[in-house]
Amino acid sequence: MRAKGKNMKNIKVLGSGCSNCRATIERIEQRANELHVDVELEKVEEIQEIMRFNVMSTPGVVVDGVLVHAGGVPKPAQIDQWLR
Amino acid sequence: MSESTPDLSTPRLRHPRLKLAIAAVVWFALYELLEPFSHLLVNALPIAHEGHLAGALQFFLYDTPKVLLLLTGVVFLMGIIHTYISAERTRSLLAGRGLGIGNAMAASLGIVTPFCSCSAVPLFIGFLQAGVPLGVTFSFLIAAPMVNEIALGMLFALFGFRIAALYLAMGLLVAILAGTLIGRLRLEGYLEDWVRELQQKPAVAPGIAQTTSHLDWSDRVGSGLDHVRDVVGKVWPYIVAGVALGAGIHGYVPEDFMASLMGRDAWWAVPAAVVLGVPMYTNAAGVIPIVEALLAKGAALGTVLAFMMSVIALSAPEMLILRKVLKPRLIATFAGIVASGILVVGYVFNIVL
Repeated sequence: MRAKGKNMKNIKVLGSGCSNCRATIERIEQRANELHVDVELEKVEEIQEIMRFNVMSTPGVVVDGVLVHAGGVPKPAQIDQWLR
Repeated sequence: MSESTPDLSTPRLRHPRLKLAIAAVVWFALYELLEPFSHLLVNALPIAHEGHLAGALQFFLYDTPKVLLLLTGVVFLMGIIHTYISAERTRSLLAGRGLGIGNAMAASLGIVTPFCSCSAVPLFIGFLQAGVPLGVTFSFLIAAPMVNEIALGMLFALFGFRIAALYLAMGLLVAILAGTLIGRLRLEGYLEDWVRELQQKPAVAPGIAQTTSHLDWSDRVGSGLDHVRDVVGKVWPYIVAGVALGAGIHGYVPEDFMASLMGRDAWWAVPAAVVLGVPMYTNAAGVIPIVEALLAKGAALGTVLAFMMSVIALSAPEMLILRKVLKPRLIATFAGIVASGILVVGYVFNIVL
């Protein structure tokens, strides 16, 4: 576990464990490692929690509390944008 | 299946419309060449030309590329359509609609709205929260998986336009009638309590604004290609396996073998097909080639279509997912109504055709 830095981003992936959700997490993790960005990556599978973000298509991605993506595995270019 | 997908940061496409036109021409040319080419190939092989093996091979070598080609075309077009419509857009179109018109719209939009069965629950709640009536929401949820581009594309590839159109019409009819009936029965009380609470206080958190207005044709073509990579990339093994199995049946199982078992005279065949379909969980791509082979051997069309609808629309895993938001009684009602609808479709087809 890395210490939680002040500037560390919190990224939540919303989705009930389908293959696209897993792929989304893997991609973000991989990209964060490549860019040497510290992120706190959370997997949100509880449906009531997911609905708090008003998402209708999963996987959804929430960066620092803001929903930035919904539906489908995000593209690398999008992930880079969130990590920057 | 978590194959590492290559980097997809698609470069901007230049002259997207021109390239689209060229691709269309190439596509048609390929399609026309398939049949002569498969004959040529089979004839070149050192096997008996009229034998079982030649029959099975001919079927396999012609049908596999044909189905893949047609599916790629349909899925690509659907990817482009998806740039015009999103779940959010559909929801706002359906909010506050009454039974009847609302159900018809919901079922039709179910065909073109991007939908993945893993999103069924969030979508369900999102619809209810925005004021889409329960019955209308169900029409969408029934039509979206059942009448999808894969099922329609494959039916068209294997049986032609007429049967694909019939499936479309019957699928919509089941979705509309089942949704209307569920709406009439006033089953809102059988939603799980937390869903009811959500329904009473609409969401305040802004959803994601999926703007579609700034997209140009390069984006739309890109979306089509993404969709092809996504869908065809995932289902092609099912298609190859399905067609291979179909080819085996085609070449080796005697004509009329299925006629007594699944023919139109066997009254119990339709309910049996529906019941058999529930525990089976596969996508349209996996089931249709088998369906084709069964038909070719004398199974009745209505029975086979009922089986197919049941496999796709009524699956045990989906019921488990829906259990999170619906009380058992509502799930049972939903399953019962949809199953009856499919049953009627099966019988009607068997009688009419």
